[in-house]
Amino acid sequence: MRYERPETITDATALLENAPDRAFVLAGGTDLLVRMQNDDFEAELVVDIKSIAGMTEISETQDAFVVGAGVPCAALSENAALVAAWPGVVEAANLIGSTQIQGRCTMAGNLCNASPAADSVPALVAAGAQVRIAGPSGLRTAAVEDVPQSPGKTSLKKGEFIEAIELAKPGPRSGDAYLRFIPRTEMDIAVVGVGVRLVLDDAGVVTSARIALGAVGPKVLLVKEAADAVIGTGLDDAALDALATACSDAATPIDDKRGTVEFRKEVAGVLARRAARIAYTRAGGSQ
Amino acid sequence: MSFDATHQKEQFKSVGTRPLRPDGVDKVTGRARYGADFNMPGQLVARVLRSPHAHARIVKIDTTRAEAVKGVKAVVTADDLPDLTNGDAALFAILDNCMARTKALYDGHAVAAVAAIDEKAAKQALKLIDVEYEVLPHVVDVDAAMAPDAPVLNDAIFTEGVTPKPDTASNVANRSEFGHGDVEAGFEAADFIVERSYKTGQTHQGYIEPHACVASCNPDGTAELWVCTQGHFVYRQNCADLLGLEVSKLRVTSSEIGGGFGGKTHVWAEPVALALSRKAGRPVKLVMSREEVFRASGPTSATSIDVKIGARKDGRITAATATLRYTSGPYPDMWAELGAMTSFACYDLENVKTVGFEVVVNRPKVAAYRAPSAPMAAFAVESAVDELAHKIGMDAVAFRIKNAAKEGTKSSYGPVYGPIGIGPTLEAAKAHPHMSAPLRENQGRGMACGFWFNFGGQTCTDLNINADGTVTLAVGTVDVGGSRASLSLIAAEELGIEYQDVKAVVADTATLGYNDMTDGSRGTFSSSMATISAARNAVEIMRQRAALMWDIPVEDIYWEDGHAKAAGSKYGNLAPLSVKDIAAESGNTGGPIAGHSELVADGAGVSFATHICDVEVDPETGSTRIVRYTVIQDAGKAVHPSYVEGQYQGGAAQGIGWALNEEYIYGDDGRLQNPGFLDYRIPVCSDLPMIDTQILEIPNPNHPYGVRGVGETSIVPPLAAIANAVSNAAGVRMSHIPMSPPRILAALKDAKG
Ligand SMILES: Cc1cc2nc3c(=O)[nH]c(=O)nc-3n(C[C@H](O)[C@H](O)[C@H](O)COP(=O)(O)OP(=O)(O)OC[C@H]3O[C@@H](n4cnc5c(N)ncnc54)[C@H](O)[C@@H]3O)c2cc1C
Repeated sequence: MRYERPETITDATALLENAPDRAFVLAGGTDLLVRMQNDDFEAELVVDIKSIAGMTEISETQDAFVVGAGVPCAALSENAALVAAWPGVVEAANLIGSTQIQGRCTMAGNLCNASPAADSVPALVAAGAQVRIAGPSGLRTAAVEDVPQSPGKTSLKKGEFIEAIELAKPGPRSGDAYLRFIPRTEMDIAVVGVGVRLVLDDAGVVTSARIALGAVGPKVLLVKEAADAVIGTGLDDAALDALATACSDAATPIDDKRGTVEFRKEVAGVLARRAARIAYTRAGGSQ
Repeated sequence: MSFDATHQKEQFKSVGTRPLRPDGVDKVTGRARYGADFNMPGQLVARVLRSPHAHARIVKIDTTRAEAVKGVKAVVTADDLPDLTNGDAALFAILDNCMARTKALYDGHAVAAVAAIDEKAAKQALKLIDVEYEVLPHVVDVDAAMAPDAPVLNDAIFTEGVTPKPDTASNVANRSEFGHGDVEAGFEAADFIVERSYKTGQTHQGYIEPHACVASCNPDGTAELWVCTQGHFVYRQNCADLLGLEVSKLRVTSSEIGGGFGGKTHVWAEPVALALSRKAGRPVKLVMSREEVFRASGPTSATSIDVKIGARKDGRITAATATLRYTSGPYPDMWAELGAMTSFACYDLENVKTVGFEVVVNRPKVAAYRAPSAPMAAFAVESAVDELAHKIGMDAVAFRIKNAAKEGTKSSYGPVYGPIGIGPTLEAAKAHPHMSAPLRENQGRGMACGFWFNFGGQTCTDLNINADGTVTLAVGTVDVGGSRASLSLIAAEELGIEYQDVKAVVADTATLGYNDMTDGSRGTFSSSMATISAARNAVEIMRQRAALMWDIPVEDIYWEDGHAKAAGSKYGNLAPLSVKDIAAESGNTGGPIAGHSELVADGAGVSFATHICDVEVDPETGSTRIVRYTVIQDAGKAVHPSYVEGQYQGGAAQGIGWALNEEYIYGDDGRLQNPGFLDYRIPVCSDLPMIDTQILEIPNPNHPYGVRGVGETSIVPPLAAIANAVSNAAGVRMSHIPMSPPRILAALKDAKG
């Protein structure tokens, strides 16, 4: 196995482009290194992106936060502006693993690992986050929800990797939240995850909503019906009921060791209701 | 040895204090050497090939391609472990489990193994071993395995314990029965009856340290094994038997142990490591991965249990029955029998009957797990007892007190009890502030009792008094929970010296006589007896040495407070001689001073506990949080109270995991779906509240200090205590363990209709 630590984006994309099939980007390694322990897993090339300039920084432009692909999740909660703007995203990232894991793991790694249960992903999708993708032919951007395709598969092409995640600076009266269900209190994998982002008008009526579900389908689901159920309402009980039903209906989970279909559908609705309440309060609404 | 009542009045000086354990610093600084920390020059790496099938005939194994891999030094199959078991079925089961002979009997069953110069070569070789399987229908569920049309694992199994003996083979290996009285008449006399069926999933001990060993077979026919085990003498015997070695030729050294809880009472891969070393002519290190530990070591039984209990209006139980079906993995064993014995051990019953069925299934061979078989039986019985108390309208504790066994009660499994702790633990529970603390919305309280036999067994100890008066204590019971500290306290107590002046070590099999393993809560109980006796023998010698030093008759010397003292007034001006004084002169008075002891520690006192638990159930998700937990248990005498409390808390913590989330999950293909700590959910720190403990001391009449084993009973009540609490919180009776969120939510939905 070959290990490379390029210092520029072009070097990294070149390495990846000319690499054998079993080539992997290494960010925090909390997924990759665990997989490498597996008898059936063999890597021929590992490209560590953390030495590329800017990769471990959170920067701000006029209208966005740009989170480098190497930024460990623990660093997110230390950025006060980011926490104030996207508390749900930061919370989601800080649910990953444990303190030790968070010292290493990244949101880009969480996304590219393409597990349907990834915690930061529904929150990023609800937030409408974009990814900057570096590739042999330059930079492109894509919506977060367009990256994962199915368990373990992304839409990234050979030679491409994620350089950063962009979160737009939110306007007034908006709020986000993420909740997940796990059987334990930590060190567990989401059985259901729900990210909610709401924008309100001055009267407390929801004007825009994005609701994303994790762990209830082969990839993260952006549920339009759920958003429609709350837009135009003051998040009253009827709206919350409609939201819960829309989420339960949209969920297409499987029966597995982590939960039953029935359980996951039901809990998707329960968590959506709870997360929506938090997002609503954060947006300045009062129920 | 019997209880010496003077100890009850007398203040102990060392026993009952809480000094730091001698192995503590090494453990927290990473210096302690566990199974995988031992290395030998020229050592090879071993890897085991395991069956992916739950049940398959092994048609052919071809190892030629694997042997050709560069760096591979040996490949073994069942052919390299010929059957030397001579009709001993239990030993044959161990052999067949270490390396499948004609059939792979579960997902993970070893079929071949490789030793190579490095991991890479070993891994590569595994892939090149060609095994031809004929896949057979399999069965993993206990009830399904008992069905008439179930695939039969072993056509030589005809249910024992039934007359007439059946003439068709089945998966039911044995039927056992316990009890007394007339249960039919008892149920006739009952005003209220509860009858219910229960199920429990299969759990694993979940010790943090995977099995690991280094085996070295030498050209002169001797062999050494460095291994993580609860009983190196037993491992020596098993390995010697399976490899055809004389016992004296195999020296086994136990490493520090990162948890065992029963799972390290049994050899899994050690004979394979020895066979590889024998074939390769080099030392071989074999370390199981976590996945291998789950798939191919010894979890508990999965069970299915029916309980029926009847009582009169006044709260007296008139009759009780239980039918217990326990899986034992693919080989017959006696787990249901233990369940049947322990089921009603807490109660004083006129009419009681329990029946146990041992069921073989395509799952790993079951091993002991802390009070093996008792937690599941207690779950079923204590759930029914609780339900019956509700039905009668009696308080759950009062109902149990009314029916509790006491001194003189004929137990449901036969013996008549001596002084026991069930009544006192229940009284303590009744008086405990936890019992009356207020509960919030969605919270519920439950309590339950538990019993375990405890065990004594063969024990051998050496106590050496060094020239500087310090003491080295060599014991043969592996220290799984602080026993070196406890035994040092005991030696210090007997000799009248400081705890710091005693250094206890676990001796290897070549340097001490045979010891049974550390199981049955026997470590401190039995080794303390042997230590007391060894210390008293050493005192005897020190009296003789003092007699020589003073030149007076030994009869005139008595031992008190760590000193030889001259009796009476005629030697008035002789200053007492300390251990140090006597030791310093030992070279001139007859040489080294030592005390030895070999004994069978009979009379391990039975042990009882009562647990109280508060939970909060989220009615929308079925998620359960343990809010408060209290353990009350009889220790006989707590030698080192902190480590007694640690045992109480540890058992409760494991029981909480078992009750709520832990479970072997098999796919339709018979493969284990969750062989790792991500999906086999033991509790993490934040899942548990501080577990409160209360130690009761009802002296064991058969131990000089009154000590009883304490390690196991603490895992018996939690499943039931938590099930009762969850049932009270959620308003629905939970009869299937683990009570995972999907199960609770489904039960809540069912109840709503
Ligand atoms: C103990 C433990 C607990 C965990 N708990 C959780 C949890 O609660 N929730 C959760 O969601 N996850 C959890 N995880 C999984 C893991 O920590 C997360 O998915 C984490 O976010 C991965 O980030 P990373 O930087 O470590 O990824 P890495 O391991 O470095 O990479 C993951 C995958 O993405 C690829 N990759 C990484 N970065 C890029 C990039 N910039 N461009 C393209 N491809 C890339 C890698 O090649 C690899 O395939 C846990 C893991 C462990 C070991």
